[in-house]
Amino acid sequence: MALLSKKDANLILDPLADNNPITIQVLGICSALAITAELKASVVMSISVLFVLGVGNVVISLMRNIIPSKIRIIVQLIVVATLVIIVDQVLKAFAYELSKTLAVFVGLIITNCIIMGRFEAFALGNGPWKSFLDGIGNALGYGVILIIVGFFRELLGSGTLFGIPVLGDPIAKTGLYATGYENNGFMIIPPAALIVVGVIIWVQRSRNKALIEEA
Amino acid sequence: MAINTEKNSYTVIFAVVMVIIVGSILAFLASGLRPQIDENERFEKQQNILYAMGVSENTEDSGVNFIPTTSVEEEFSKYIKQQLVIIDGKAQEQEEAYLIDLKKEISALKNNEEARLPLFIGEKDGKKFYILPMYGKGLWDAIWGFMAVNESMTVQGVYFDHKGETPGLGANIKLRYFMDDFTGESLLDGNRYAGIAVAKGNNDPLNQDKEDNEVDALAGATITGNGVSAMIKETLKIYKPYLETIRTN
Repeated sequence: MALLSKKDANLILDPLADNNPITIQVLGICSALAITAELKASVVMSISVLFVLGVGNVVISLMRNIIPSKIRIIVQLIVVATLVIIVDQVLKAFAYELSKTLAVFVGLIITNCIIMGRFEAFALGNGPWKSFLDGIGNALGYGVILIIVGFFRELLGSGTLFGIPVLGDPIAKTGLYATGYENNGFMIIPPAALIVVGVIIWVQRSRNKALIEEA
Repeated sequence: MAINTEKNSYTVIFAVVMVIIVGSILAFLASGLRPQIDENERFEKQQNILYAMGVSENTEDSGVNFIPTTSVEEEFSKYIKQQLVIIDGKAQEQEEAYLIDLKKEISALKNNEEARLPLFIGEKDGKKFYILPMYGKGLWDAIWGFMAVNESMTVQGVYFDHKGETPGLGANIKLRYFMDDFTGESLLDGNRYAGIAVAKGNNDPLNQDKEDNEVDALAGATITGNGVSAMIKETLKIYKPYLETIRTN
């Protein structure tokens, strides 16, 4: 017997490709631009969203029958803000170094439209287990794009990966730089992320024509 | 029994109950963890101050490695010989001056109120370090740091930190390749406290010219860099009366 039924497995697998939150639903673009200048930040952000979206979806799903629909957006916002603050405070007390790395992401997680989007579109109408899988799936789909974008931006913009030089030393002109190669400073600034995301969308849609909307 | 979640009275009650529950969870958590967080912040300040005067576990090619939290208190009392508070240009000793919140003191100064400006005197290998705390603003939020100078106003080391600068861009002010550039730079231009500007296109990426009052900027982080320049200038302005008393050349 499979670990997950086919339907459940699709909840995780769909957002990874054909229903990706960034490239298909075009959600979460703001954070995809802001923090993908280096790979490490992309990974940290992906893990944070994975946690918040997984837990948040379950909480919202458990509360779905008692949330008054008139104030549901505010309730969702409170749930995600509370979760993020709890994590932030616990880390500050017990893993101070890590909390400093994460500090900048706290605001970005709360305002991430993927989180509110999944609460609204899925968790309010489905049970906790399905919501959990949906949350994990969408966070992974988000993370995959973030990591791809971060990989190219850091590699082409700074010549490093996770802060480790992989193309040689640009100042001493060793490795690839000896041949006249230069880092592309443009990749460091946020608009470059849009271009990388655009290329991903292009590749994805030319592989799967069904994703192309009618003009 | 099904609840009618559309009624106004229910909505109001739900909102009130939710706020009370969430509020108390957060309040309990925050006050419960406060002592632990305060201690972490205290250690961090000690680590930062020591880092600025070159007491760290850095090796040639490593990143930023502080003295571990387990031994930082000991090292701090070993290297930091005096903690001063400067009021109206007059310095007096005060224990635990490093816990003073510089942000409040700077705004007091702006309102022409009495400000207590902390300063630390460290000693290592027979050399004296005057360590100035700094506070300013970057692109998104606060930036701060410590700068160690000697009697001839040459920077001996700096430490920068930030609350929310962009990862990979402005956040790189706390990386070694940026901070190390400040070491050896002169703060003076003739007799003027010129500070050190984070300059784009100063044609000196290896930072060989130590008299130009400039270090090479970070690509894509112009505003954070300007914030650092402004912060150093501001610090020199408010500490100038004291610095004049220790200056030797």
